[in-house]
Amino acid sequence: MAKKRTVRSIPQERTPVRELDPVVRATNFEEVNCGYTEPEAILESTRCLFCPEPKCIDGCPVSIDIPGFIQKLGEKDFRGAYDVITGTNLLPAVCGRVCPQENQCEGVCVVGESLVPVAIGRLERFVGDLAIQNNWVSLPYIEPTVYKIGIVGSGPAGMACAADMAKAGCEVTVFEAFHEPGGVLRYGIPDFRLPNTVVDAEIEKLEQLGVKFECNTLVGRLFTIEQMIKELGFHAVFIGTGAGYPTMLGIPGDSLNGVLSANELLTRCNLMNAREFPNVDTPLPLGKQVVVVGAGNTAMDALRVSKRLGAENVTCVYRRSKAEAPARAEEVHHAEQEGIEFHWLSNPVEILDDGEGSVYAMRCIRMELGEPDESGRRRPVAVPGSEFEIETDQVVFAIGTNANPIIGQTSKLKLNKWGYIQTDENLMTSMAGVFAGGDIVTGAATVIEAMGAGRKAARGMKAYLGIRDVGRADRTEMLFGLSVREHNFTRVRSA
Amino acid sequence: MRTTRSKRKTVNDTLINRFDIVRREDFSDVTYLLEVHHPMMSRAAQPGQFVIVMSHSDGERIPLTIADFDREKGTITLVIQAVGKTTLEMQQTCQVGTSLYGMAGPMGIPSHLSGAKKVVCVGGGLGVAPVYPQARAWKENGAYVIGVLGFRNKDLVFWEDKFRAICDELIICTDDGSAGIKGFVTDGIKLALEKHPDIEEVVAIGPPVMMQASAEATRPSGVKTMVSLNPIMVDGTGMCGGCRVKVGDVVKFACVDGPDFDGHQVDFADLMVRLRRYKEEEKAATERWSESCRMRNVGGEVIAFPE
Ligand SMILES: Cc1cc2nc3c(=O)[nH]c(=O)nc-3n(C[C@H](O)[C@H](O)[C@H](O)COP(=O)(O)OP(=O)(O)OC[C@H]3O[C@@H](n4cnc5c(N)ncnc54)[C@H](O)[C@@H]3O)c2cc1C
Ligand SMILES: Cc1cc2nc3c(=O)[nH]c(=O)nc-3n(C[C@H](O)[C@H](O)[C@H](O)COP(=O)(O)OP(=O)(O)OC[C@H]3O[C@@H](n4cnc5c(N)ncnc54)[C@H](O)[C@@H]3O)c2cc1C
Ligand code: SF4
Ligand code: SF4
Ligand code: FES
Repeated sequence: MAKKRTVRSIPQERTPVRELDPVVRATNFEEVNCGYTEPEAILESTRCLFCPEPKCIDGCPVSIDIPGFIQKLGEKDFRGAYDVITGTNLLPAVCGRVCPQENQCEGVCVVGESLVPVAIGRLERFVGDLAIQNNWVSLPYIEPTVYKIGIVGSGPAGMACAADMAKAGCEVTVFEAFHEPGGVLRYGIPDFRLPNTVVDAEIEKLEQLGVKFECNTLVGRLFTIEQMIKELGFHAVFIGTGAGYPTMLGIPGDSLNGVLSANELLTRCNLMNAREFPNVDTPLPLGKQVVVVGAGNTAMDALRVSKRLGAENVTCVYRRSKAEAPARAEEVHHAEQEGIEFHWLSNPVEILDDGEGSVYAMRCIRMELGEPDESGRRRPVAVPGSEFEIETDQVVFAIGTNANPIIGQTSKLKLNKWGYIQTDENLMTSMAGVFAGGDIVTGAATVIEAMGAGRKAARGMKAYLGIRDVGRADRTEMLFGLSVREHNFTRVRSA
Repeated sequence: MRTTRSKRKTVNDTLINRFDIVRREDFSDVTYLLEVHHPMMSRAAQPGQFVIVMSHSDGERIPLTIADFDREKGTITLVIQAVGKTTLEMQQTCQVGTSLYGMAGPMGIPSHLSGAKKVVCVGGGLGVAPVYPQARAWKENGAYVIGVLGFRNKDLVFWEDKFRAICDELIICTDDGSAGIKGFVTDGIKLALEKHPDIEEVVAIGPPVMMQASAEATRPSGVKTMVSLNPIMVDGTGMCGGCRVKVGDVVKFACVDGPDFDGHQVDFADLMVRLRRYKEEEKAATERWSESCRMRNVGGEVIAFPE
């Protein structure tokens, strides 16, 4: 750094990123955001002020050393930047794409006080993609331990915990109920936001670390959590089974044909590749007039997938206003560009039957915002007499999920009153050696929070097993003649 | 990074990820049995549970009831009726020595074996297979078991001997009277109820119409009647909601809340409408597939399509 940067001296505009044309992209599943090129990334990196007390780090749920990696990036030390990020975040290519940055790191970036904040997410993604292209893996020196770790669920929480435990020298097996690993990253988030090839690459990196994936394994039913500890010889178990179980609309007509959950639509499309039907066997009936209820990330994905599958009109119905929509701002913006219609402040009251058990219309009522509720958001109240109908042949609901019941049904783990798994501050459950994290503990949240939980549980697990992480002690010096980048774990207690 | 179809096709040659077919039996030209090697599942499986099978990487995930399990041999038995693209294709490709691409389970809540002393186990058509493990479990519990099996005709009858071995009484019903009594399973149920007023529970498995009729047959006497519902499923883990059914005005997910429900409470009309959801697509897939089989036949390949 030759001269100290100030808000005045840095480029005032955020470096734009190339995006596919909305008209063209609404007909295919190509990734919308093309990502920064090298010169673009370097230009954007010059907008970071390298704050002495970087607020952005507090905004990131896993506290990535953001100025640290941006500085390396600016020096064209991309590998160095990657190593800084992966010090805390295992999935930069994923998080750079799907984090709600405007509420997290970028939301508190100092530059954002007067200009558009530094594009931290895009920079992170740039580094993550480079790592995938060049097949960079931080294969640490791993001192094997005798411990066997079982991970249930292969979403971001499970992946993160698996990676950390593998790096700590444990033998790690990930069990996944589906036939392919990745959790929501694979079956939920569509290719135009997060290509499955990126998920593949991340899984491959885990395999290189020695993590084994066992798909087609429904834990709880094939074997229980108790059996994993008592019979299958796992010294510790992590549960990251996600939220899943979709909430019904609970209005008349919600079991009509043509009414389905966003999870079903997205699973058929993304996991089963139903968009290639009949070249693949899983069908996906296409609506011409699709209505999606909800305005979270899942709803945005359902809207944009429906559009890409050829629906003529795609409408979003949400009972609050745009300002309250829980989706990432970028996704709402992209959806609008792609010609999705929005009915803000509207609530469905009934789905109408065409007489043969299929949907033909949805009746909604207008809402207005009243007093704030417990969540601090203004509570929507119905405007009497404001009912209206939308013609539709497919209604997709994306109004949230509940805890998946299988682990609860089959184990003695303590659950809270909503069915989520109860944990202590180290993410250990009521059963010794069994940890849990991600959506199954917190309810539906974000990828980076799930990943953070997986890592936190790994720390708890290491403490429980008595594995000490020596390499982390000092970032700048050599330790016992080993580079600090090689995380050297020492077992201080035998099994 | 360009979006392409995921290329991940690693075959983990590990314990769980191999589903070798070790035995096959054909009961008729539409019904076949597959015995799949899966020692872990054979130990976990219980009556009333099912698996989700994928026959190849582009296949559909289809639910199939566990018709039997052999803990010593480490196998799971499936009995399949060829009704559409996937099940027809499996009829050709699933031979001894081949493997399934995926088989996950056992799924669903195991059937609740009440302490009933006298029970009727009803199987209609393909439901005959899935009702077998329940009948056997009841027998092992010391109950008096009456089997009622329904088939269209004599040629379709299977597992009669297996049922004889565990049932105290067995009533076979055929539509045309070519075996057992002439009539539907409901006639068999009525016979049993008349002869044994002390029947405590009826379990009926088969096509939705048959389960509905069975529930109606027992409604007057109020005998508890459990049915095993078969809505269309995708994941089988409670994640998609595709399998939702109405039971006494409450929405339930058959894959995690069932598949067994109280037959007197189930909204069968709703189930049957929902089963028609993919009719068009199913028809298109089956036609397209049989077309391609004929073409391959012309090309001199061995695969024959059952007309
Ligand atoms: C459509 C959609 C879009 C989203 N978009 C975003 C976004 O843009 N940004 C963001 O930050 N977050 C987003 N989220 C939320 C985010 O994906 C989740 O918070 C996150 O994936 C949770 O991770 P997890 O590891 O806890 O669980 P999941 O990712 O749900 O993974 C759980 C895995 O466990 C498996 N499993 C479940 N039960 C069992 C069992 N009994 N045995 C074995 N395996 C089991 C499941 O099959 C699944 O693969 C989105 C979610 C959805 C559904
Ligand atoms: C819990 C459960 C247990 C089952 N057990 C068995 C079994 O032991 N043996 C067996 O042969 N079949 C069983 N089925 C039905 C089996 O899953 C379907 O026959 C199969 O999915 C049809 O696939 P297909 O591609 O060959 O036919 P398709 O072309 O998809 O469909 C042909 C016909 O089958 C019906 N159908 C399609 N999918 C299903 C489905 N998931 N459930 C019920 N009917 C469907 C359609 O309405 C249509 O009439 C079970 C279903 C469930 C839900
Ligand atoms: S992980 Fe998410 S919140 Fe953290 S720096 Fe990256 S984009 Fe921001
Ligand atoms: S707050 Fe913004 S400007 Fe400051 S270090 Fe973080 S990214 Fe750079
Ligand atoms: S099959 Fe998806 S929830 Fe039951």
